[in-house]
Amino acid sequence: MPIDKDTVSKVSNLARIKIDNNQLEKISKELEAVMGWIDSLSEVETSGIEPVANVTGQKLPLREDKVTDGGYSDKILNNAPEKEGGFFVVPKVIE
Amino acid sequence: MSEIVSKTILQIKEGLKKREYSALEVTDAFISASESNKKLNFYNTFTKEKALEMAKTSQSRIDSGEDKILDGIPIAIKDLFCTEGTLTTASSKILGNFIPNYESTVTQNLWDAGAIMLGKVGCDEFAMGSSNETSFFGEVINPWSKVINKNLSPGGSSGGSAAVVSAGAALAATGTDTGGSIRQPAAFCGVTGIKPTYGRCSRWGIIAFASSLDQAGPITKTVNDSALMLNVMSGFDPKDSTSANKNTPDFLKACGNFNLKNLKVGIPKEYQISGMSSEIINLWETGYGWLKDRGADIIEVSLPHTKYALPTYYVIAPAEASSNLARYDGVKYGYRNSQNHLDDLYANTRADGFGNEVKRRILIGTYVLSAGYYDAYYRKAQRVRNLIIQDFNKVFKDVDVILTPTTPSAAFEVGSQQDPISMYMNDVFTVPASLAGLPAMSVPSGLSTNGLPLGLQIIGKQFDEENVLKVASNIEDQAKFPFLN
Repeated sequence: MPIDKDTVSKVSNLARIKIDNNQLEKISKELEAVMGWIDSLSEVETSGIEPVANVTGQKLPLREDKVTDGGYSDKILNNAPEKEGGFFVVPKVIE
Repeated sequence: MSEIVSKTILQIKEGLKKREYSALEVTDAFISASESNKKLNFYNTFTKEKALEMAKTSQSRIDSGEDKILDGIPIAIKDLFCTEGTLTTASSKILGNFIPNYESTVTQNLWDAGAIMLGKVGCDEFAMGSSNETSFFGEVINPWSKVINKNLSPGGSSGGSAAVVSAGAALAATGTDTGGSIRQPAAFCGVTGIKPTYGRCSRWGIIAFASSLDQAGPITKTVNDSALMLNVMSGFDPKDSTSANKNTPDFLKACGNFNLKNLKVGIPKEYQISGMSSEIINLWETGYGWLKDRGADIIEVSLPHTKYALPTYYVIAPAEASSNLARYDGVKYGYRNSQNHLDDLYANTRADGFGNEVKRRILIGTYVLSAGYYDAYYRKAQRVRNLIIQDFNKVFKDVDVILTPTTPSAAFEVGSQQDPISMYMNDVFTVPASLAGLPAMSVPSGLSTNGLPLGLQIIGKQFDEENVLKVASNIEDQAKFPFLN
């Protein structure tokens, strides 16, 4: 399946990874090569076959809905690139 | 003291018990070995002071007769496991300054058992790679490079873990394996590595790559040492909802039984890929010959969907990665490229912070999950994954383990594999077991014609690491592999 520059542009926006315009052509060729190789999956007959994400068949356990952790925002903020007054700081979003 | 570094964990334990040396002397020997091998670039963060402090604590427990199972044993940790208070980077610029506030369950288990941390060893960035070359901090060099006088890749992603053990600079190392990241570097560096069944080791505190595949495991010189490490690393953890609520058997008991009567070993015909070198075919034949000599039945089996395993993996793993790596946004931790607008902050932070291979996989993952392609790629790959699992289920009705080569070649030169798809082919024999969540182990089994290590892989049934270890220890016993150190 051909992957054009517009598709790369769209996907990079969805992934929030900036790609310079002069790189779009190169990356579209790279992705096209990988996706072309992946396209061999279309040969496989999979009708009636269930999709699998859980390989061991273990049921995911539920726990009681109560607080078990927390109360250390200082520790969590320790690694923040920018913090103020117990909050993460980001550029102003609402004018 | 130099002979200390050529010993195994079990031998060092014995020596410590007999007071032949102290935990401090053992730790010193491995620190020296690490320092004299600086050009191999093992460590992202070397924690010498911490190691010496932990060694003192170990020795005081040994002196008072309250020693724990790994007291006095210096090990290296893949820089993908969060270690409280110690830099944890995933070999990425985006986590270049990240100091976790918590400890991963697997490393906590190791410290609770008395193990000594030498430091955090390099890996491919976010464990995405088969050569160590995607690390932001430069690749680790394979200690076997000196055999052919060229810089060889240690494999990946757990290349630092395999290299540091191979060089005799740590007694063991933790690794993680998503599609072969323990087994391929173990094979390239002439050491032993096991990826246990998915769910055997907790994933809590391990930086996530592809959550339905990621699994921790040990890299050591010998099969016994891997079994001992796995005893400590395994176990149910309520903090990982996919962790298996099962008792851990004593894996060490599975090793060293050299009678394989009634054991059935499957040889999958689809693993005889075109263009496979004669040295790999010979190694494989020698391997099953050894098992036959010990009484095992060798049976040809068929895993018809094998050739679709890699393309399936390269849909599922990037899809999960694109979701897992969405958290690196320059806001909560790690690198930030400051901008006036939030969307620009995200996009520039991630453009600068991730390397090319990680970006490629995030883009592939985003693409296969995007509207219009989800069913054609992601759902399709999940269905083929089911067929791959069914292939194994069918074969495991007739055999106890499967024997294959670990890799299609010996270690390659750094910089020699530029094309992504040929790099992905390194994992052709390791990815199928990952997709099915099966335990699989690589044992160093011989040398290539130019004198480099080659490994054989043993794949077992889910939660049957014991038969894998049993067969591995038979191969080890017969291979008499010439360890580098």
